[in-house]
Parts: sequence; C-alpha cells; structure tokens
Amino acid sequence: MTPQTLSPLLCTIPLLPLAGAAINGFLGRRSSKQAVTAVALVFCGAAFCMALFVAANFSSASAPYSYSLAHWLRSGTFSVDFDFYLDQLSLVMLLVVTGVGFLIHIYSVGYMWEDESFYRFMSYLNLFMFFMLTLVLAKNYLVMFIGWEGVGLASYLLIGFWFTKDSAAAAGKKAFIVNRIGDFGFLIALFLMIQNFNSLDFTTVFAAVQTHSVETAGAGLLTAIGLLLMVGAAGKSAQIPLYVWLPDAMEGPTPVSALIHAATMVTAGVYMVARSHMIFERAPMALMVVAIIGTLTALFAATIGIAQTDIKKVLAYSTVSQLGYMFMACGVGAFSAGVFHLMTHAFFKGLLFLAAGSVIHGVGGEQDMRKMGGLRVYMPWTFLTMTVATFAIAGFPPLAGFFSKDEILWEAYSSPYGSWVYWLLGVTTAFITSFYMFRLWFLTFFGDYRGAAAAHDETHGAASAHPTHDKDDHGHGHGEPHESPWVMLGPLIILAILSFVGGWVGIGGRFEHFLAPVFQSGATAELAHETAGETAGSGTETLLMLISVGAAILGLFLAWSLYFRRPQLPARIAASLGGLYQTVVHKYYVDEIYAALFVKPLIDGSTTILWHGVDQGVIDAAVNESAHAAREVSDSARHMQSGNLRSYAGWVAAGGAVVIAYMVWMGVR
Amino acid sequence: MIPLSYYLVLSGILFACGVLGFLIKRNIITIFMSIELMLNGVNLSFVAFAAHWHALSGQVFVFFVMVVAAAEAAVGLAIIIAVYRTRETLNVDQVNLLKL
Repeated sequence: MTPQTLSPLLCTIPLLPLAGAAINGFLGRRSSKQAVTAVALVFCGAAFCMALFVAANFSSASAPYSYSLAHWLRSGTFSVDFDFYLDQLSLVMLLVVTGVGFLIHIYSVGYMWEDESFYRFMSYLNLFMFFMLTLVLAKNYLVMFIGWEGVGLASYLLIGFWFTKDSAAAAGKKAFIVNRIGDFGFLIALFLMIQNFNSLDFTTVFAAVQTHSVETAGAGLLTAIGLLLMVGAAGKSAQIPLYVWLPDAMEGPTPVSALIHAATMVTAGVYMVARSHMIFERAPMALMVVAIIGTLTALFAATIGIAQTDIKKVLAYSTVSQLGYMFMACGVGAFSAGVFHLMTHAFFKGLLFLAAGSVIHGVGGEQDMRKMGGLRVYMPWTFLTMTVATFAIAGFPPLAGFFSKDEILWEAYSSPYGSWVYWLLGVTTAFITSFYMFRLWFLTFFGDYRGAAAAHDETHGAASAHPTHDKDDHGHGHGEPHESPWVMLGPLIILAILSFVGGWVGIGGRFEHFLAPVFQSGATAELAHETAGETAGSGTETLLMLISVGAAILGLFLAWSLYFRRPQLPARIAASLGGLYQTVVHKYYVDEIYAALFVKPLIDGSTTILWHGVDQGVIDAAVNESAHAAREVSDSARHMQSGNLRSYAGWVAAGGAVVIAYMVWMGVR
Repeated sequence: MIPLSYYLVLSGILFACGVLGFLIKRNIITIFMSIELMLNGVNLSFVAFAAHWHALSGQVFVFFVMVVAAAEAAVGLAIIIAVYRTRETLNVDQVNLLKL
C-alpha cells in the first residue's frame, strides 16, 4: 500500500472515538444503555480495526508516514499545522492504546452497567481515546500538547467521575493541579524551541537539533529543553517529585485506573521523552537527570507499595515504580527498552487493574486486602489471569515482564550512560516489586475469606455508612464473593494471553531492531556498543539475568513465607519496626510535607495577601471608594436642582452674564 | 443722528430690567411681562443694527419675533387663566405641584 492511501487514515483514527464521545455525550442521556454501549464500542473498535489495518500495511521502507489535515497557526515564518505522523514508535503506541483501550471499553460495559451515569462514563472514555491518539499521532509538539492536555482533562473528569464523593472530587483536582506544574515545564520547553528553532515540527526541530554538538562540557540550550520536557513528563507520568497525584487518582472507577492511570496516559511522558530522544542524546546531563529520577522513583514507590492495604493503592504505587523503570531505560539511552517495557507494562498492569476491579466487583466494593482472602475458589478465572499478571510483573520467564525488565536492567548496567548503581537499585526494586505483588496475590486469593463475617454484618447493617464499602459499590447486596460476568472476563483472558506472550517480540532484539529507524541517530553508538557487548558481555548478561530472576524468586519466597505460611508474622514484624513501618504506611509523609511546604503557604498567602490584601484592600476598595466619591460629589451638586424655576433662571442668567463678560473681555483685549 | 451705541445701551437696559423682573417678581403676569420686555429689548437692538447697516433682514427678523411673542402671549395667558382657576393664586412659589 502506498503512503498516499495510508496516510489519510491517520487523522480518522483519532476522530472516530471523538465522534463516539460526541454522540454519547449529547444523546446518551436519552438513549438506552444498549445503544450507548453499541456506539462506544463501535467507534472505539473501528479505531482499533483501523490501527490493525494500518499496522498490517505498514512498511518500514516507506515509513514515516505523515498527513496534514489543516493549517492552524501562520505567523510570519512560523507555522503550526494539524499534522499527523506515523513511524515505528507511534505505531507501537497506536496499537497499545487502541488495543488495550478497546479491551477496557468492553470490560467497562460490564463493570459500569449498574451506574446511573453509564453514558457519561462511556463518553468520557471515548473522549480520552481521542486525545490519547492525538497525542501519539501528532507530528509537532503543539498538536501533541493538545492531546497532552486533553488526556489530562479526560483523566480529571474520570477520576472525579463520582463527583458527589468529596474525596473523588479532591483527587481529580489534585491530579489536574499537579499536572499543571508539569505542563508548565513542557510549555516553557516549547517556547524555547520556537525561539531557537522557529518550529515545533518534529522533523524540523530534530534536524535543527542535529546541527548542535553534544553538550558534554556544560549545560546549554538542549539541556534546558530536555530538563523542561522532563518536568512535563514527570507530571504526566507520575515521577518524583510530582507522583503524588497518581495514588489519589485511584478514587476513579477501576477501568479508568486500568486504562488511564496504568496502561496509556501515564506512559505519555515516556513516549514524549522517547520521541524527543534527539534532544536528550545531545544533552547528557538531562539524560542523567532522567535516569536518576526514574531509578529513585522506581525504588521509592516500590517501598511504599509494601505497606499499602488497599488493593488499588498497591497497584498504583507499582505503576509509579514501573514508570520509573521506563524512565531509567530512557535515561541510559535505551529508549527502545523503555518503550518495550511501556508495551508489556500496558498489558500486565492493565490486566492487574482489571482483575483487581473484578475482585472488587466480586466482593461487593471492598478494596481492603485484609478483608479478602481465599478468593481463588470463588473466582477462578480472575485468579488465573491475575496469576499470569503477577508473575509477569515480577519478572518470571517466559512472561512479558521478564523480557522488558531484563532488557532495561542489562542496558542500565552496560549502556555507555549506564552504571552498576542503576542496575543495583533496579534489581532491588525488582525484588521489592516481586514481594509486594505476591503479597497482594497471597492476601487476596489464598487463605480463608476474611470478609464474610464482616461483609455479612455490613451489607445488612449499615452498608452505605461504612467508609470503604461504598467505593465501587453497585448497589447489589453481597453475601458471598462471586465471579464476574463474561463481558469482564473476556478482556481479562485476552490481556492475560498478551501478558504471557507479549514479551516474546523482544527475543533476539527484534523489537529493538523494529524501532531502530526511529532511534537511529543514537543507534550508531548503541549498535557499535551492542556488537561489542554481545560478544564480550553475553556471559555477564546471563549472570545479570539470573540475578534478576533470583530476586524475583526471592520476593515470591519471602511473600509466601510471610503471608501464606505464617500470616501472623507480618504484624509482629511491623510492630517491631515501629516508626519505620509507620513512615512507610504513611507514604513517607510526602503528602503532609507537600501540604506544609507548598499548599498551606499558598493558601495562607492567597488568603492574607491576595484575598484580604490585594482583592479586598486594593481592587474592591478602589471600586467602592470611587463609587463613594461619586456619591459625595453628587450629594453636594444635587442642591443646585431645587425645583425652583426662578433659581434655575437665575443660574441661566448668571451663566449668560459670565459668557457675555468673557466675550466682552476678549473683545476688549 | 443718534449714535448706534445709545440704542444698544437702551436695549441692554431693557433686557436687564426684563431679567431682573423675571428673577425677582412672584406674580406670573409680571414675569410674563418681563419676558416681553426682554424680547423687545432684543428687538430694539435688531432694528438699530438694521438701520445702521442698511440691511433689511434685521427688521424682518423683528416681525418674526413679534409674531412668536404674540403666539406666546396667547398661549401663556391661557395657561395663566387655567392656573388661576385651579390654584386661586398667581404666585409662582405656590405653583409647585411637580416639585419633589
């Protein structure tokens, strides 16, 4: 297929979900749930089918494809158009977004069926797909920024989907505001590009960047742009220090957590950094910052994940941690490894969230793992799929997570930008990841069901009064956990298969070679290093691989001995650790520190200076005082208007006399 | 020949008397007469200028003013009679129904 016939499809792929969102958003309230379902699934499915069609006809020889839909901004020599772009990198993202997105759409039909705002939910999901596809298919940074902001909006709407609940509304706002901080950095980076390259188009910018030399000596323009882009990526992809919104975002419905806050939107930052690899490769300092932030986030979030009891919070911190891995990969220059992990992560983390949603659905809205247990008997399919996902994320061969994580760890160790420190922290994180994931797995599916007695009392006693019980509740009373309907299990099973085999595309570096044309500029150094590495370092690579698998097994063993064999032990250990344990349970008090450092001063300053000082003291006072002055003047002038005709005549005569006297005086002069 | 300035001074005195009467007097009829006095003061200056410049238009204008003054007298006297019938007074200070 020629590029001319394939390219126009690029703008149709994002527009299809937009049409679905518009139809459901405007007409959904009055149509039946079946009709809403049909519209949402057809438009999203059509986008997926077109993505598959594009992928089938994609040829590396004629890539990249681009298509210009319309002019947008024209200002002197500077112009921005609605351009779409497809290369190997955006193709991977396109398939992941539409594929996982479509599966989650199907799942949502089952999960959200009982909700009274079902049409609104489906409309928002479609809207999110539109913006996400715009983001990955954009040909310039500004169109990408539309998608970037749009997914933030969709995220805000969906986190606060149950907006009558205070915590959900607050979580939505928090996500939006924290993202604004990141977007601020992104915008400044765009301004720098406009100022220096007079363009935002990827091709033009990267061509201009190539004329710059590598900024090894000190920080320059490219380092500044790279760091600012990283600020944006840290906001969107929940990296230190802007990760705090993601765990709170779990207030949203679980399919949202799976789609937006695990599989697709939060990986936008990784995509953006990988897309801007030309800039980062010429700014080693920015690259190092990316690697350090990624590594620290991976380790930091993983340790928080150990002590969480909410099943979704564990997964949320796990997501933050895995995103840290992706940034670590990008930071050591192994962009394709980062994108590879992005893809496998979308499969297994999407699956983990959907399975967790199935569990929550099955036990009647309970999210506390301490009240679950023994669920493998009640929900065998959920158990099976969750098992695949857990082993995948823990990095057991031959599942997907093993290949991508191993690739990252190897690159972290061996890449010219890498270091054994990254590798060590990465392996530690892998061990912790394995531990908390198996802790979740054992707590949820093994042992005895601990929610039965409690749930029995609560559902028949004060179901809605219980704070955790109404979280994902659908209103149907629960006695015993039950398996979810097939509309929810279907996507689980497909994702489980993908989590199993998804990593196989990376065997023998095939995935890397597929992406090589995108990351070509850096590939010269990388390929040379790789050939050297493969001959000399294959022994080392095997050793490192064995160590990381060992870490995963150790995590499994530790979780097994603590939470399966001797379930009383964790409480005793926690008690003996005391303050340290409490610090981890409270997430290192980061939220409290942010509140004390930024939020409270901001609110206090706004109240005393801006509100009472500037607004009331200056602006309001100026308006009020001028009104007051006008009244004072009028009050004195009003006495002239007495209603006495002869006094008016007197004023007229006096005025006339003054005029005449003036004119006479002028004439005399 | 009497110089123009004499006419003008007389005209100014007549006009000033009219204004003064208009402002001071309380009787409507007197006020009305004061207005006529002002008009005629102006008329005098019109004809004086007309004679001085040998221009007819000033004299023609005086006829217009006279016509307007006659019309005004007819309407004004009718109003004064109507006011007197309803209020039983011609004192302007007591004709103040519209005053707040």
